[in-house]
Amino acid sequence: MTATTTSARSDLSELGRSETALRTFLHGLPGVDQVGAEQRAAQLGTRSIKTTAKAEAIDLAIRMVDLTTLEGADTPGKVRALAAKALRPDPADPTCPHVGAVCVYPAMVPHVAEVLRGSAVHLASVATAFPSGQAPLDVKLADTRAAVAAGADEIDMVINRGAFLAGRYTEVYDEIVATKEACGDAHLKVILETGELATYDNVRRASWLGMLAGGDFIKTSTGKVPVAATLPVTLVMLEAVRDFRAATGRQVGVKPAGGIKNTKDAIKYLVLVNETVGADWLSPDWFRFGASSLLNDLLMQRTKLTTGIYSGPDYFTLD
Amino acid sequence: MMFEYAPAPESRAIVDIRSSYGLFIDGKFVDGENLDKTVNPATEEVLAEVTWAGTQDVDRAVRAARKAYDKVWGPMPGRDRAKYLYRIARLVQERSRELAVLESLDNGKPIRESRDVDLPLVAAHFFYYAGWADKLPYAGFGADPQPLGVAAQVIPWNFPLLMLAWKVAPALAAGNTVVLKPAETTPLTALLFAEICQQADLPAGVVNIVTGAGDTGRALVEHPGVDKVAFTGSTGVGKAIARSVAGTRKKVTLELGGKAANIVYDDAPIDQAVEGIVNGIFFNQGHVCCAGSRLLVQENVAEQVLDALKRRMALLRVGDPLDKNTDVGAINSAAQLARIRELSDAGAAEGAQRWSPPCELPERGFWFAPTIFTGVTQAHRVAREEIFGPVLSVLTFRTPAEAVEKANNTPYGLSAGIWTDKGSRILWTADRLRAGVVWANTFNKFDPTSPFGGYKESGYGREGGRHGLEGYLNV
Amino acid sequence: MSERVAVRKTYKLFIGGKFPRSESGRSYLVQDSNVSLASRKDARDAVVAARAAVKGWAGATAYNRGQILYRVAEMLEGRRDQFVGLGIPADEVDTAIDRWVWYAGWADKLPQVYGGANPVAGPYFNLSTPEPTGVVAVVAPESPALLGLVSVVAPAIVTGSTVVVAASPSAPLAAVTLAEVLATSDLPGGVVNLLTGRITETVPTLAAHLDVNAIDLAGVVDTDLAADLEGRAAENLKRVLRPLPADHDWAGDPGLARMTALLETKTVWHPKGV
Repeated sequence: MTATTTSARSDLSELGRSETALRTFLHGLPGVDQVGAEQRAAQLGTRSIKTTAKAEAIDLAIRMVDLTTLEGADTPGKVRALAAKALRPDPADPTCPHVGAVCVYPAMVPHVAEVLRGSAVHLASVATAFPSGQAPLDVKLADTRAAVAAGADEIDMVINRGAFLAGRYTEVYDEIVATKEACGDAHLKVILETGELATYDNVRRASWLGMLAGGDFIKTSTGKVPVAATLPVTLVMLEAVRDFRAATGRQVGVKPAGGIKNTKDAIKYLVLVNETVGADWLSPDWFRFGASSLLNDLLMQRTKLTTGIYSGPDYFTLD
Repeated sequence: MMFEYAPAPESRAIVDIRSSYGLFIDGKFVDGENLDKTVNPATEEVLAEVTWAGTQDVDRAVRAARKAYDKVWGPMPGRDRAKYLYRIARLVQERSRELAVLESLDNGKPIRESRDVDLPLVAAHFFYYAGWADKLPYAGFGADPQPLGVAAQVIPWNFPLLMLAWKVAPALAAGNTVVLKPAETTPLTALLFAEICQQADLPAGVVNIVTGAGDTGRALVEHPGVDKVAFTGSTGVGKAIARSVAGTRKKVTLELGGKAANIVYDDAPIDQAVEGIVNGIFFNQGHVCCAGSRLLVQENVAEQVLDALKRRMALLRVGDPLDKNTDVGAINSAAQLARIRELSDAGAAEGAQRWSPPCELPERGFWFAPTIFTGVTQAHRVAREEIFGPVLSVLTFRTPAEAVEKANNTPYGLSAGIWTDKGSRILWTADRLRAGVVWANTFNKFDPTSPFGGYKESGYGREGGRHGLEGYLNV
Repeated sequence: MSERVAVRKTYKLFIGGKFPRSESGRSYLVQDSNVSLASRKDARDAVVAARAAVKGWAGATAYNRGQILYRVAEMLEGRRDQFVGLGIPADEVDTAIDRWVWYAGWADKLPQVYGGANPVAGPYFNLSTPEPTGVVAVVAPESPALLGLVSVVAPAIVTGSTVVVAASPSAPLAAVTLAEVLATSDLPGGVVNLLTGRITETVPTLAAHLDVNAIDLAGVVDTDLAADLEGRAAENLKRVLRPLPADHDWAGDPGLARMTALLETKTVWHPKGV
């Protein structure tokens, strides 16, 4: 990295200390034209990914899945089964890759950890009073530490949308910094809850805020509000991580979550990654899908490509 | 990991190209003597033989149009003309994939564009003007506006079927009959459109299509039996037409060349601006009269914008027009390729810096890599002449006044672009640009309700919208 | 007691708000007066003056242009007898005055009637507005000398264009007198420029001039000359208004056509988003 990048990095690290500086910076980012951004995303959605490209895309997408269950009804048995599926998504086909991670509530982390121990599948836990984030900071941090102590190596936190929308950027920033610290060695994914941010300008600002404060990933959604991940939101976040790396030298990952139900959708996201940030992000280290039902559709499509026959849901485990 | 897209070709089985085509006169295909070949510019494969109409063929077509005007189309109530146009609109929708594939084969444009841009607009145009046919007294041209008679229409090769729609739909809606000459390199969709007219049971002679080159066009435009001349094409030919109709009763509308400025201010939404720049100049291989061929970027963001533009250009997929993932297709003809090369070489020779992304071009066919020139001044040929290809000239400016001055410093005045997040700056700039279409924070958008046409040497008259009727009425 | 010796008037050109003689130093005798015989150079000077006036006049508010045209009507009303004294029939003068009033009102209405929002199929604001074409060369009809001139000049300038008008060669006095009215009506200099003399001398220069945007051949009677001028106008694709028939009813409803023929429609698009 060049000297300019280094100095830019140190300049940017100062931003969180001053509400004015942070606001000036975030509001000085280029605007996002909604119609233009949505058209670009829609245009990329028309890419036709067939045959060998489709096979590669499906395997990559499987490796990028954060296989998720975040229900009050989750049980140790259910999350163990999910973890087993994460390791061997298609028991009938040993060539099928494992998923990126399993994502559960903190209380379920120990059960999943037992299954995943020694594997390359990551264990993600939502924390910080997910999904609302409506708890005192010390509760949220305790939540985070507990999840890490129980074996999670990735933490998905939610930002304080109320503070963000009210313009209290340092409050949001400080919370992310504190959570990152509580994570220790665990990776921090910062959930922006883009469905509540109202504009793409806000998505871009929140993305930068999350990255400036130390997030390793920025993630669209909790999956618990009506609007979850969309292609244009993900496009804007990908542009943000691209520009952030150019400015600081640090690469941050992106995780769309919620609403990505089938292979066709997943491939559209991969095309978006490919044509926005390129090959550097086409890896489970830098791009994840927060999803549950997506995996089964990927597996069905994978089977179709290898056998030439369309499969059905009866042939894959329901989660 | 690298994510390479496998070939995704659109099937050409949907379209049945005949080995040779006659002229469409008086509702029938008639044979002619002079045959020439039309080729697929992406492969140089011969697609079909088409007839080049001579003076006598043109005369027959004009007579057929006159007869149809006098006997059938002129007297027909507007509501019935409307129904024929609605029928055509529906047939175009029903056969849209077939037309899109044929357009890409004959023209070289990417199937994504013929499928997603050209064909939907063609159908929309007929649908829009169909509705005017029985509402002409309400169009704002007086209580009883009358058609002109026989319209001679000469169209270019860049949007063959779309330009046909822009010409035929308003002419027929207003009650005129037409003789249309498609460009010599792209006659096939017009000939398929003739079949659609037959399928719609459009009365014989209302639409006549004579294929051929410049001589055919000249014979048509200069025919004393035509009442109206509508031309889309180069400014040079437009001037010749304007001269040739001098002293006649013929009403003329001309939609000609351009050298549009695409102005990027420092507060622009940069990512969308870069998309707009790319769409502005690389859409349809830059074979667009309103292409944003001059990028005027504010000095203090020039480096940032250019870096982003180059990064984006490297993603453009150049190749097989029928591949659904192709962004930039083939140059329409060897002649056009030669012109693009000549002007680009002149740009380099005059000292501008030329840049293209790494880009493998097919061996056969006519191809030109997306190209930008930086360090361009207003005096360079690449900043003044219409290249009509995927070549962008980049200039910088310091103040809004300088941007406007540079933008207007051209004999053309067809279109312009403005990129800024500040509303008042958009309106200030738009007010001062001498151009018929100004796209602010977008580019190359078209709609049948929206008038399109130029200032100055970009021509006169408007196509589209209520304004588009005026050129076909005696008002 | 001796009779008072009248002060005679010199009939000069009207260029850039001033009344110069022809740079050629020539005049011709017409209507018992010596009238400037404009040269090709005068025509070019008039184009320069007209071009210089475009920015201010086109940039003025429509309300302002309307007020100034109405002011012309007021001033003309005050000089009514002077025109009658030049041999213009009284009812023609009245109609000419009324015509200024009619056009004055169009200044801030035509953009609404002739432009507007277009319902495009997409998330865009899309507005078409008429704009003045720029510099317009006009050949005024031989007659009616006053009403004919007003009927071709007013529709050009009301929308913001500026004109170089070749007056009726056989009856230029009314034209020069009208120029005096214009000069005292708050009309900015250069918006109307008047050439007297031979059509064949000045108009071909105007028709070929690349800094002229449109030409109105209303008063050209010779069809060969009209065709020649239209052919010259093609060089920079001037908007051309062809000659009017000899029996044109100048007193009738002028309609919009003479105004709209000298307008350019500009359509501005902008996305609608948050």
